[in-house]
Amino acid sequence: MSTMAKLLPTGTPRPSAFLVRFVIMAATLLLVAPWLLSDFRLSLLAKFLCFAIIAVGIGLAYGQGGMLVLGQGLFFGIGGYAMGMHLKIVDAGEGQLPDILTYSGKYDSLPALWKPFSSAWFAIPMAILLPMAIAALLGAAIFRQRIRGPYFAILSQALAAAFVVVLVGNNALTGGTNGLTNFQSFFGLSVTSPSDQRTLYFIVVVVLLIVFLLTRELVLGRYGRVLIATRDDEDRVRFLGYDPARVKLFAYVMAAGMAGLAGALFVPVVGIISPALLGIVPSIEMVIWVALGGRTVLAWAAAGAVIVNWAKTSVSEQFPSGWLYLQGLLFVVVILYLPKGIAGAVEHIRAYIGRLPPTGGLRILMSSGDRPPKQAAKPNPTEEAA
Amino acid sequence: MDVIFNQLFVGLSIASILLLVALGLTFTFGQMNVINMAHGEFIMAGAYTTYVLQTAFGTGLLTLSFGLALPAAFLVAGTLGLILEFLVIRRLYGRPLDTLLVTWGVGLMLQQLARDIFGAQNVSVSAPGVLNGGMEIAGVSLSYSRLFIIAIVALVVVVIASYMKRTPAGRRMRAVMQNRSLASVSGVRTRRVDRTTFFIGSGLAGVAGVGISLLGAVGPTIGLNYIIDAFLVVIVGGLGQLRGAILAAIALGMANSFIEYGTTASVAKAGVFLLIVLFLQWRPQGLVVQARRGLAS
Amino acid sequence: MSSVMLEVRNLVVAFGAFHAIDDLDLTLHEHEVRFVIGPNGAGKTTLIDSITNLVRPTSGSIRFAGEELIGKSEHAIVRTGIGRTFQKPSVFDELTVLENVDIAASFRLRFRSLLKRRRGISDEVAESLDSVNLTAQRDEPAGSLSHGQKQWLEVAMVLVQRPRLLLLDEPVAGMTEKERLHTGELITQIAQQGTTVLVIEHDMDFVRRFAHKVTVMHEGKILTEGTVADVQQDETVREVYLGRPRDARGAAEALA
Repeated sequence: MSTMAKLLPTGTPRPSAFLVRFVIMAATLLLVAPWLLSDFRLSLLAKFLCFAIIAVGIGLAYGQGGMLVLGQGLFFGIGGYAMGMHLKIVDAGEGQLPDILTYSGKYDSLPALWKPFSSAWFAIPMAILLPMAIAALLGAAIFRQRIRGPYFAILSQALAAAFVVVLVGNNALTGGTNGLTNFQSFFGLSVTSPSDQRTLYFIVVVVLLIVFLLTRELVLGRYGRVLIATRDDEDRVRFLGYDPARVKLFAYVMAAGMAGLAGALFVPVVGIISPALLGIVPSIEMVIWVALGGRTVLAWAAAGAVIVNWAKTSVSEQFPSGWLYLQGLLFVVVILYLPKGIAGAVEHIRAYIGRLPPTGGLRILMSSGDRPPKQAAKPNPTEEAA
Repeated sequence: MDVIFNQLFVGLSIASILLLVALGLTFTFGQMNVINMAHGEFIMAGAYTTYVLQTAFGTGLLTLSFGLALPAAFLVAGTLGLILEFLVIRRLYGRPLDTLLVTWGVGLMLQQLARDIFGAQNVSVSAPGVLNGGMEIAGVSLSYSRLFIIAIVALVVVVIASYMKRTPAGRRMRAVMQNRSLASVSGVRTRRVDRTTFFIGSGLAGVAGVGISLLGAVGPTIGLNYIIDAFLVVIVGGLGQLRGAILAAIALGMANSFIEYGTTASVAKAGVFLLIVLFLQWRPQGLVVQARRGLAS
Repeated sequence: MSSVMLEVRNLVVAFGAFHAIDDLDLTLHEHEVRFVIGPNGAGKTTLIDSITNLVRPTSGSIRFAGEELIGKSEHAIVRTGIGRTFQKPSVFDELTVLENVDIAASFRLRFRSLLKRRRGISDEVAESLDSVNLTAQRDEPAGSLSHGQKQWLEVAMVLVQRPRLLLLDEPVAGMTEKERLHTGELITQIAQQGTTVLVIEHDMDFVRRFAHKVTVMHEGKILTEGTVADVQQDETVREVYLGRPRDARGAAEALA
């Protein structure tokens, strides 16, 4: 019992430690950031937080499930286009054709692909469900055949690449390389007005926090344990009576849904969705956000998205060509020297410094999503007896 | 009839380019299980090598500079590969997913390097006089530069096959691929074989770059257009299998060509992807599978 | 005689020209503890592997409680009530000992219940941890356990699934004398509770102490079956063992 005593000092409020970190994080995003940042910076942050939603999904599929999802841009894009089409139709007004569709001169009325997206009740669910359905089909085909590792990575990437070709090839219908842009309103909000952009920011934050909490529950649940087990030894899991294909599929489908949701929010926040945002290149970038933050720690995966994009913006502002070198270097350095990302580095530093007060500053930053539950949730009666 | 013949030629032409790019990958991915995403940038290096030689020799000596470009590009890309192997890859053996991410980062840096050296604008390589024009067979015009690429591929395949089969170095390479530890205890210096394998695989990307420079403008991101399709060729062909890669490249090239005829390029792209996924339902290991005793390992 | 639990008929497992298992028949009854011995390469592990579909048999039939197993996927076979361990203990190093046993215990949960967090420790998990003496280590990562403890953990993981047929691949390899004794007692106890057990073992001392019925395999075939005493007296068994220098010592000991 001595080791357990070490792990669980009596009376340590571990469950509430997470709560403290979470509340501080939420308060920072909801109260401090809007107060501190200019309108411009705040809407940038909103954009990055959309990316953070994707990152949570990648943290689940890649960090916990070991699936290198290189095609998340596809799902992000589908979510974005679903929302984009809807907003375009609403902007155009009753009976009018969205500007994008008029350029080619091919359409007099809404094409069949666009028509259902007139309804928000169709567009919004589809932004999430369509990515999930595609992930389910691809994932089922791949996982069932025990195709894994790099094969899965490349196939998921190839699908994103094919999607871009399809988008660009059908420019009359999709806006081609320009994508969908020039949005005016989002459910009564004006996407160009700073105050409405602030409202959008709050929507994004709330959605992110909810997605994070739900994913965290998933990771801490038994399913999360089985997912880690599958990541580490898929064949062994099979001999425990689980079907690894199903275990992996679920995480992959959830990650796709999150990317779709992020895409749907991204459109009103940033005002554009285009193939350049979702091809091979951005899709791999999404993975490095997570790798930099810490692939096995959900909160850090999400933070990674914000950190990398913030760095990208700041560096590109000053050294336009420097960013590509830096980004390239980031891939190399993180994978070679920081396999657990910033989360791992922080853990090292913490171990090095030694004892820090349980709710010390670094601890708050370390709002980890996947520390094993141990007995955190509630101390066990048997344990007390022992 | 003409149509079929024409699409066959188009398909063969696509196949030859796919194969040219994928040949190098059968070494690095197939034999060493390294996902080298910088392979695309090695192609770019090969293409720029052609451009540099042309600029240096002037337009009067196009044929000569082009002839030199093939070995030069092989060396340039091969050397880049060696450096990459030494600095990065050798720390990551057995971690294919990580090699993918790291080499992608290296690729990004190489792209930016090319942009800084040659400018963001694309440059163009002119084909030597003998490759201008084409010939007409059965009403289908076959351009010389495409025929030339097919010839390069055929040549490279023959050279690789005989290298692997007949030379001691090639046999060592196959030994290491089939059973690393056994090869190692039998006295094969596996580290050295790794380096050679990586050198050849990367060098072949350079050769591919020379061929690709004939098809259009050369730019820093030229490799991106080919890299994914090339990996798909290796996956469909079966890991590390020369024969499989050849068959897969022909199959994918032909599928692309015939689906595209009558539809569009984007339908062809999506259709080929669908075919690949369906194919993998039938043969998850690819076309040609190396026979190994036992499945458990 | 109680009812037939496992019935293997005309089983062939071929790797190319090599037959790892060559036309093998084997019948296990309910509550039976069967030890399978034989020199290296006799096909013992391949037998377990083909029952659990880790290798695909070339031909033959394997029926478990009347149900054909060949053609079923691994997890489906486990779900029919067959548990196995591996020669090299394989547990999930990043999960705690408790979590390892807990996910093993949860394999029949509906997917929706699987999504929820574990609340406390179920009785059967606590019990199986206790039966292998790992209660004190339950919150340590499984990766930090010793080799022997990992073997125990694996046994706990398979026990908690309450299989009707348990396949153990060299369960006492690398264990101390005391641990062997405990394992043997555990196996006897499991069988008494109604589980059919098939044990592959090299350690003849262990076999002599805990086996009632022994099957001797050689070159993919069954050489002989019988009580320990029968087997010890069998001339062909003697030959098979003594004919192979690397097993000679063990055989001599066993047959002494």
